[in-house]
Amino acid sequence: MSHETARIRAEALESLLIEKGLIEAERVDDVIVRYNERVGPMNGAWVVARAWQDPDFKARLLADGTEAIKEYEFEGGEIDKLVVVENTDEQHNVVVCTLCSCYPWAVLGLPPKWYKDPAYRSRVVREPRQVLAEFGTELEEDVRVRVWDSSAEVRYLVLPQQPPEWVGLDDETMAERVTRNSMIGVERLS
Amino acid sequence: MDGIHDLGGRQGFGPIATAGDPVPLPERWQGFVFALVNQLLREGIAANVDHFRHSVERIEPSNYLSDGYYGRWLGGAETLLIESAVISRAEVESRLPAQNNVAARPSAAPDQFSAPPKDEQSPSTALRQSSQPAKFEVGAAVLTAKHGASGHSRLPAYARNCIGTIVSVNGVWVYPDTHAHGKGEAPEYLYTVCFQGADLFGEECDQDVEVCLDLFEPYLSDPS
Repeated sequence: MSHETARIRAEALESLLIEKGLIEAERVDDVIVRYNERVGPMNGAWVVARAWQDPDFKARLLADGTEAIKEYEFEGGEIDKLVVVENTDEQHNVVVCTLCSCYPWAVLGLPPKWYKDPAYRSRVVREPRQVLAEFGTELEEDVRVRVWDSSAEVRYLVLPQQPPEWVGLDDETMAERVTRNSMIGVERLS
Repeated sequence: MDGIHDLGGRQGFGPIATAGDPVPLPERWQGFVFALVNQLLREGIAANVDHFRHSVERIEPSNYLSDGYYGRWLGGAETLLIESAVISRAEVESRLPAQNNVAARPSAAPDQFSAPPKDEQSPSTALRQSSQPAKFEVGAAVLTAKHGASGHSRLPAYARNCIGTIVSVNGVWVYPDTHAHGKGEAPEYLYTVCFQGADLFGEECDQDVEVCLDLFEPYLSDPS
């Protein structure tokens, strides 16, 4: 029911602010369409697919993510500094924001509900292996885990490992298969 | 502030509800709250993103946990709208059923400031030019501050009074601790600092884990 109380409060506030002329219903509709339909993890998936195909782009992406993605002109929340962290056989990376819910909007859109929930924010820094297991990701004991807590304006994107059987696919096919969760770091692709 | 928002390392929240939403804004009211916060930032009612984040930190703690993400944004927006006298608590509550109160926690003495006018010259990011050298370099060990402050801060409680290693020097950035309270940008160096999981949480935590945070220079000192 608590979600309901927030909804009721929001609707009361909206009617009051529309009467006061502070917000227009059409603007709300525009924002909903923009974030539900145009900004999303496909942006990040394109970047990942290209990094797998193009070693020069991958090198630039890992060296300076902000500069490397500039050419795409992604809309929806500017990223002051994007850091791309690469998953390897030795190291697995996973991203969180324990203090609020900072997230790289321009490449991944708005965050999924679980990313913003207290359970993920509280647990992933203390017991990332168990949290990953709840997403079906069982890490081998010799794989080191690095958790990135986005505590300032730097935003993090995980470059997942390319499944060997995807080698040779075209960018578009691969981009369709790269999941949002793999770019947050809670999933491995297969 | 030592608020409910500072969730890193807290125990007892149970399994992750891993299912995804079909779309990020599934209900209209959530889209309203999202659009409203953007509007508050444009109008200067939220002077900047740090000021807004602090308003979320100040909402009533039980609402923080129960209302969900957009419920929290709503609570922060209520606080800023009431503090800036755009609306009164009574005006909203008169439209609500009994037992449903706004989650705002307006300060008795709110920081009185407004956003500086935005002009073409204003940088669009929080990154600033450095005028002095950084105090620490990559590889240096640093000790984090022992205590938090009552205002806005980006040093999580779980990473206080711990020794970590600088892995990246990220230049100079607007300092949220002053910016959230209208005390200027006061830019500070920002470092990425890596900690061993066991140094943060003891031997009970998962093994072979490092946690990296982006921390501002005033949070850090030389441990030697």
